Amino acid sequence: MLSFSTRWGWLLIALALALPARADEVQEAAKLLKAGQHRQALDAVNKALKAKPRDPQARFLKGLILTEQGNSKEAVEVFTQLTKDYPELPEPYNNLAVIYAAQGQYDKARAALEQSIRTHPSYATAYENLGDVYAKLASQAYDKALQIDSSNAAAKNKLSLVRELVGRPAAAPTAVAAAPKEPVKPAPEKPKPAAEKPAADATAEVLAAVNAWAQAWSKKDADAYLSYYAKDFKTPGNEPRAAWETTRRSRVTAPKSISVTLASPKVTMDGAERATVRFRQNYKSDVLKSNSSKTLLMIRSDGGWKILEEKSG
Amino acid sequence: MRALLVSLLLFSGAALGATPETRLSGVFQAIEANRLDDALRRVDALILEHPNFRLAHLVRGDLLLARARPLETFGNVAKTVPAEKVDGLRHEALARLRALRHRPGDDRLPRYVLQLHSEQKHAFVVDSRSSRLYVFSNDNGMPKLVADYYVTLGKNGMEKTREGDQKTPIGVYHVTANLPRKKLTDFYGSGAFPINYPNEWDRRQGRGGYGIWLHGVPREVYARPPRASDGCIVLSNPDLESVGQHVQVGLTPVIIADEVEWADAASVAAERAALAGALEQWRADWQSRDTERYLAHYSGRFASREGQKYDGWASHKRKVNAAKRWIKVGVSRVAMFRYPRERDFVVVTFDQDYRSDGLSNVMHKRQYWVKEGASWKILYEGAG
Repeated sequence: MLSFSTRWGWLLIALALALPARADEVQEAAKLLKAGQHRQALDAVNKALKAKPRDPQARFLKGLILTEQGNSKEAVEVFTQLTKDYPELPEPYNNLAVIYAAQGQYDKARAALEQSIRTHPSYATAYENLGDVYAKLASQAYDKALQIDSSNAAAKNKLSLVRELVGRPAAAPTAVAAAPKEPVKPAPEKPKPAAEKPAADATAEVLAAVNAWAQAWSKKDADAYLSYYAKDFKTPGNEPRAAWETTRRSRVTAPKSISVTLASPKVTMDGAERATVRFRQNYKSDVLKSNSSKTLLMIRSDGGWKILEEKSG
Repeated sequence: MRALLVSLLLFSGAALGATPETRLSGVFQAIEANRLDDALRRVDALILEHPNFRLAHLVRGDLLLARARPLETFGNVAKTVPAEKVDGLRHEALARLRALRHRPGDDRLPRYVLQLHSEQKHAFVVDSRSSRLYVFSNDNGMPKLVADYYVTLGKNGMEKTREGDQKTPIGVYHVTANLPRKKLTDFYGSGAFPINYPNEWDRRQGRGGYGIWLHGVPREVYARPPRASDGCIVLSNPDLESVGQHVQVGLTPVIIADEVEWADAASVAAERAALAGALEQWRADWQSRDTERYLAHYSGRFASREGQKYDGWASHKRKVNAAKRWIKVGVSRVAMFRYPRERDFVVVTFDQDYRSDGLSNVMHKRQYWVKEGASWKILYEGAG
């Protein structure tokens, strides 16, 4: 069982984006990162750091960019130095922990998160991540008890699947605030009936479409699942649509069983034709469990509500 | 109630010293007292020293998982893990904790060890229900509990009857050899002590199989589940080494019971006195050359080692004794063990010094005595 999901500390980035006074490279780099243009983002942030080498926001952003580029080694260096220079900030510890956890170094992840909480006892993201790290450490202890080889190929596949599921983090400023306060994972909840939203039929329609999408996924019905994506769906990393479909098709059909349930969905209408849906996604298959927050941008089209963009966080 | 259990546990822990088992029980004490951080520290330290102690890893898993979410069960492994994989560890935990909490008091003696002879320094008694091997020292012929250890027994339970049944025999045995580690594969751990299964009584019952040993465990584990061997009595390597220090090859009794019957010293002493009396009467009657009085000590169901039945054997004795002008019988180094599970059945061994006007010999003799009505009778005798 593996249920680790990465939750980033996005607070500083949110700040960086929210500060209009900082119309500089830092803000530019943050935008580029959000847009998935990692190389350009790195150039921009390096430029900013040339002027202000100790700037914590720029350094934090650089750490994020390096992580996104898969350069964990340098990312660890950046975040570690930040914890030394600014021990009162919990986010660098948290992000160090996320990198360590992704590398399977759960003891280090645990130490970093405990440090993060020590500096900032009300930092919910760290609690949530720490819960996941404890669960993973427990699972390793159980493996030792039962003598299951946890370093086998299946376990590694699970890890890459986690990344796949969790996806690239979306720099939504609400991500931190939206994270549940409780480190304990909620049991899968039934989606709230649409009747709770008295106003809108549209809201109910959007919700029905999202539920149908989750159901098609659960049934491993790849055709039905893909039919919920709009023609101009924004594929992650601007991957060609055909390639993306092939990957999704194999991910949806490969496991023996899948169950996807949505918890506490929130629909925000943006006019009559567009909607944003936020929810906790409980994914369970024979190989993997994951609980993450997700945001779908939906658009009304001929065939009903379709997904225009799919983001984690 | 919980406070009482904890204090009992503390007491027995202090008395036993810090073995991995008592340290594990310290972890459970901390859990009972809701000192979970302390429990995790203790189990971490235990694992550092005994990284192959799987049960400790299981407990550590629970302590870590409890920080993430509420536990549903002891050994809260993923639901996808087959129950039998984790049940062995759960049973081991129960067996170890129960044994520490229900250690017999000094006034309780196993009913089986009626008399140890002067050279038998120790006796081992195995209790299958509690997965425990008790070591008794020889206190003027009476047993005195000095240590006890968790053991693994046959995966199919007790009362071995045939080869390959993967059961542990029940009965009175003794250690017949000492096989050092270097002569064995890693599977047997730090050594092995074969016992004399099948003994005379087993053979008379038609029981088969062989190769019942006390032995250790492979390097990669600290212990095995309570029911996992092919019939052997398996101890952790450090425990086997401790037990091994008490072994005298050919002398140390190993009594294996389903559930040890504990008795007070007075009733054990009374039984010992009755049997000692019967044995002395047998000796005196043999020496008296009153063959009928001598034969009265033997059961009608008697059979000799060679399979001779009572009638043939009795007429042979009558003939031999009638030809003697004098007989002297000396009996020394007497040991007596009540047989587990059997009703009023005792194994008596001694050195017999027989002298007569014709033949003289000295032998080590083994007799099985059984109670018929109010008196003890001999069912079997032979060299042993």
